[in-house]
Amino acid sequence: MSIKVLFFASLRDTLGRASDEVDTANISTVADVWEAVARGEAMPSNLLMAINQDYVKADANVQDNDEVAFFPPVTGG
Amino acid sequence: MAKVILFDGPFDPYAELKKYEAALVVQHGLGQYGATTSFVGTMRDFNEGDDVSAMFLEHYPGMTEKALETICTQAMNDYPILDCIIVHRVGDIKPNDSIVLVAAWSAHRGAAFDAARMLIEKLKTDAPFWKKETLKEGERWVEKNTKG
Repeated sequence: MSIKVLFFASLRDTLGRASDEVDTANISTVADVWEAVARGEAMPSNLLMAINQDYVKADANVQDNDEVAFFPPVTGG
Repeated sequence: MAKVILFDGPFDPYAELKKYEAALVVQHGLGQYGATTSFVGTMRDFNEGDDVSAMFLEHYPGMTEKALETICTQAMNDYPILDCIIVHRVGDIKPNDSIVLVAAWSAHRGAAFDAARMLIEKLKTDAPFWKKETLKEGERWVEKNTKG
């Protein structure tokens, strides 16, 4: 029972890895996922997040097998 | 039909535009649009006062395409346009390479201009792409978009 977590761009550098996996026990929201993977790093105020490749807010609920992604503001175009 | 294409190597935006326009005529028939607005973004060799010799464009495979498709759908719903396209580069990029092409086709110019502007502005805020610049002193992530 786990959630796959992805980090992109400068956030991947900050956290030192591109992905992680968290056990769903005691995890109900995206904010909980951040707590479980961020190793004490505060959530940046401009952090973007997605569940299964759709943008969500930090209070969105996560489920077993979800893919959660955290990333900094986007800079394409 | 609207289309999204990602290239991991150089692309010619004007050739893509022409190719899509040919497909569009097959799809919709001759004489169906009177206006085409396109925007091409090209890599500069300067940013924030520094020389930039190269750039890496990271994306989130799957979500990036999905976000771009959502933007196209929104443009088709919000403006009276016949069609639109978004083409974007990923990977290693050199100065003067094309980074992005957006285009919209409509009966009259207003909708094509408005939709093209919306496509590029929405892409800038919603599509998961991140630029990392190579400078003389090393590399740096671009933190935010410059004002249009």
